[in-house]
Amino acid sequence: MPINPFVKMTATIIKSLFSPSACKMYPVEKPVFYANTRGHIAIQTDKCTLCTLCAKKCPTYAIMVDRNAKLWKIERTKCIMCLNCVYACPKKCLTNENQYSSPVTVKTQEVFNITPPAPAQVAEPCGQKETTT
Amino acid sequence: MPKRTIIPFGPQHPVLPEPIHLDLAVRDEKVVEVIPSLGFVHRGLELLVTRKDFMDMVLVAERICGICSFIHGLGYCQGVEEIMNLQVSPRAKYLRAFWAELSRVHSHILWLGLAADAFGFESLFMHSWKIREKILDIFEETTGGRVIFGVCKVGGLRKDIENDVLERIRKTMDEIEADYRTIAKVFKEDYSVKHRNCGVGVLTADEAYKLGAVGPTLRASGISQDMRKIGYGAYGDLNFEPVVEKDGDCYARTMVRVREVYQSFDLMRQCIDKMPEGPVDMKVTGFPKGEFFSRLEQPRGEVVYYIKGDGTKFIQRYRVRTPTFANVPPLVKMLGGCDLADVPVIVLTIDPCISCTER
Repeated sequence: MPINPFVKMTATIIKSLFSPSACKMYPVEKPVFYANTRGHIAIQTDKCTLCTLCAKKCPTYAIMVDRNAKLWKIERTKCIMCLNCVYACPKKCLTNENQYSSPVTVKTQEVFNITPPAPAQVAEPCGQKETTT
Repeated sequence: MPKRTIIPFGPQHPVLPEPIHLDLAVRDEKVVEVIPSLGFVHRGLELLVTRKDFMDMVLVAERICGICSFIHGLGYCQGVEEIMNLQVSPRAKYLRAFWAELSRVHSHILWLGLAADAFGFESLFMHSWKIREKILDIFEETTGGRVIFGVCKVGGLRKDIENDVLERIRKTMDEIEADYRTIAKVFKEDYSVKHRNCGVGVLTADEAYKLGAVGPTLRASGISQDMRKIGYGAYGDLNFEPVVEKDGDCYARTMVRVREVYQSFDLMRQCIDKMPEGPVDMKVTGFPKGEFFSRLEQPRGEVVYYIKGDGTKFIQRYRVRTPTFANVPPLVKMLGGCDLADVPVIVLTIDPCISCTER
């Protein structure tokens, strides 16, 4: 048996004694997120066209789109942040925000009122143009 | 002869992160027979394949396990890609190998911490997990997730890592390796670690081979078998030799993992050095029709995926043979004749992942 069996760990322990804490004092000290961190899905309501592709691509059915009422709903506790909706969105109005959504005590849906963009000016069909005689 | 007594071990036990139940038949302090039982966390993930689009199924495959999640997703994707004859870009293959090795480092350091906790070395456990935290940060920076990454997809990857980020990660890896050396030295040389592990739970090479042991459990018994050597993905271009130990006891299994961490750091550096340029994704058209066995090396050993597609968007059959399942018969053999006090350490040295095993 060696003279001091604990000597292998001693250097590491002494170094730890004189180094700052490895733990973050959350929530006093805010966590650092990266640009890639999958926090929560955000929507730009003015760009959304209610095409429902996000709801179709969602593997956990967390997104619901009501085209008649012009509502976009997401259940945060169901969302697994796979970003399928972000990749599928043709108008790029869904984005990944790197802050986690707030903790909740009751499962609720977040509802967003969508104001679809004004339809593009349609050219008048041929043959109906007013002509002066 | 002393009276035979049955002692239940698990499914709830301080040393077990996941539930497995063992009925230990003991005479005095010696275990004479072990009857394992599984099935506490079965989730039916394999059946989901018949209801999920084959492109979305990779998200389910990743959720089979929280520690080797990337390699589960990789195994599924490789299987489907082989069926559909998709040629994944070289950069995607190298990045997959990079993330897979990072997962291996993460898994082994996590396990070393748990092992230290099992034989009562609390400060070593905390130092191991402190190092693991930096690896999780690399995962978060590159993939966006710390446990479930969601970067692997059929046909390539969803995310690329820029070359300057890779160089920065190389420097971080150097720091992590320097920290790791200090705790690896304790695992190698400390008296109390050797006292609890040397000569405990011995599995000879012959027994390990006959009972179908895989991964570090097999390599610790002196058999050089590593699925990475079959050259899937980028591993065909990388230089490495399987880590092998001779003794077959708990200490040898610990040492295999301790040395494999260095090997994984080396493989990651090779990936960064040889990283080819190019896209990481490709367009996937059509549906898989055919079947394929995909074999990969997970941190715990060889995993086998069987995938069968019938030309629709749903896969017909998806079966996973996980390394822990293969290591249960060797575990029963190891426990026979051991002291009751050594059971937690021996159970932990196969690195049991029960949620993988039951899916």
